[in-house]
Amino acid sequence: MSTVLKINNVTKTYNKKLKALDKINLQIKKGEIFALLGPNGAGKSTLINSICGIVNFDSGSIKINDLDIIQNYRETRKVVGIVPQELYLEAFETIWNNVNYSRGLFGKPPNYQYVESVLKELSLWDKKDSKLKELSGGMKRRVLIAKALSHEPKILFLDEPTASVDVELRKDMWNVVKKLNHKGVTIILTTHYIEEAEELSDRVAIINDGKIILVDEKQKLMKKLGQKTIKIELENSIENITTKLSKYKFDIDESKKILTHSFNLSKENTDITEMLNDLKNEGLKLKDINTDQSSLEEIFIKLIKENNNELVRN
Amino acid sequence: MNWYGIKSIFIHELDRFRRTIFQSLASPIITTSLYFVVFGSAIGSRITEIDGINYGSYIVPGMIMLTILTQAISNASFAFYFPRFTNTIYEILAAPLSSFEIVLGFVGAAATKSIIIGCVIIITAGFFVDIEIEHPFLMIFFLILTSITFALFGFIIGMYADNFEGLQIIPILVITPLVFLGGSFYSINMLPEFWQKVSLLNPVLYLISGFRYSFYEVSDVSLFTSILTIFVILISCISFITITFARGYKIKN
Ligand SMILES: Nc1ncnc2c1ncn2[C@@H]1O[C@H](COP(=O)(O)OP(=O)(O)OP(=O)(O)O)[C@@H](O)[C@H]1O
Ligand SMILES: [Mg+2]
Repeated sequence: MSTVLKINNVTKTYNKKLKALDKINLQIKKGEIFALLGPNGAGKSTLINSICGIVNFDSGSIKINDLDIIQNYRETRKVVGIVPQELYLEAFETIWNNVNYSRGLFGKPPNYQYVESVLKELSLWDKKDSKLKELSGGMKRRVLIAKALSHEPKILFLDEPTASVDVELRKDMWNVVKKLNHKGVTIILTTHYIEEAEELSDRVAIINDGKIILVDEKQKLMKKLGQKTIKIELENSIENITTKLSKYKFDIDESKKILTHSFNLSKENTDITEMLNDLKNEGLKLKDINTDQSSLEEIFIKLIKENNNELVRN
Repeated sequence: MNWYGIKSIFIHELDRFRRTIFQSLASPIITTSLYFVVFGSAIGSRITEIDGINYGSYIVPGMIMLTILTQAISNASFAFYFPRFTNTIYEILAAPLSSFEIVLGFVGAAATKSIIIGCVIIITAGFFVDIEIEHPFLMIFFLILTSITFALFGFIIGMYADNFEGLQIIPILVITPLVFLGGSFYSINMLPEFWQKVSLLNPVLYLISGFRYSFYEVSDVSLFTSILTIFVILISCISFITITFARGYKIKN
């Protein structure tokens, strides 16, 4: 696959002291969905805004289709669409006018049919004559997506596209993103929801403190990082684990009443029914059971800890 | 050139004008009418003539200048400050538009609005007094060039302002006094000699004088200096914007 976006040693400092991006190197392949993960303030939005020309970066270079985004901004910006993190919209204009305005800004002649299809796709067609200030948060988010799609971009940046969007709508948006991707649009998104990265992305980067600490295929990352734990509380304490149960590699707490089983999310091959049956067959009575999935937050903490340890070692 | 982009900004801005057409036009019309009532009738009945021109007619060019100057500045500064304030400017920054094209869109729209308002005032004034325009092309030349120049000036204010108060401060503290003291409502020949000299330091005087010449062939200073003045201000504004805005100063982090 060819590379559509090459980020080379990009550094950005705000107000001469806050280093938001520190020598970022990243390559995005044509046609992929790429998720940028990281805690608040990691530099995700700064990176996206630098690529899109909204923020000036200090040093390094960014190339889209092998063209420098500063020298060849006319060519590169035409193919890029951006949905900002915040709901930046005017108040008194109608959806229809505002989306057509966006298309014009990017140098495209009017194409009402296309804009109509975009609005229909995002379930905004009924509202096309509504004023922007009259819309709900979720609708505003979709208007921003419609604006970003208005000029038929080949690369789409979505900065937390599903923040403040309800569960059902989130699924709809995922479908929109997948459809666009099938049409050949390369997608770069940031998110705080691990399910979202899981559901959509081909590759994932984790960014912390302005540095990219990991880039990997999602499958591999999930294998490495995603852990699920099942906690089983017993009526009576257990003395020793029989051979039959040993394959589950339980952790046992001090009271010998709580068994904890952990497994990787990527190979969800622990058959829970079988495990529970095995416990029952061993004559153990269950009092309570609960499951826990490692959150993105925990993954960050784990990775960031590892990252810092590495720094110390080197 | 990204013509569709320029057109988009231009139409988008004029659309705001259209949406608020009543407020946009009512205020200059009412103000003009008030000036005629106060200056034209009350004071005009005592002054009657300046340079052989009926006083009511004499103040028309100055009044138009006063309005288009303030309108061009406030329209352009507001138009550019507003997307900065709401952050919707992200889209303009991400679009394949050069600084020149962005300025053209915003300044073009603001200048157009003030030219329309200028024409509306001429028509309004026509209801109160006789107006002659000796040199219509020269009049249009001044009208258009002044509108563009001060729209550029307004754009600069919109670029620098950090809040809505900041948009008002220069027009109130600088422009309005310069216009009033620039002979909008009198000829500087009516002033004591010392104040005549001081008045000559006021660039707006040259604009008003040139503009008035296009109407009645009377002027305080030569037509040539008037034309020169407008070009000097125009070029200063363009240079300033070229140096600062092209670098993204104040607009991009
Ligand atoms: N306009 C700005 N001026 C000054 N500092 C800024 C500005 N924008 C961002 N920063 C700082 O840069 C750092 C990175 O911010 P950025 O918005 O890129 O983070 P993020 O990864 O997008 O976070 P979030 O998940 O909260 O959206 C933060 O420390 C932030 O405070
Ligand atoms: Mg962000």
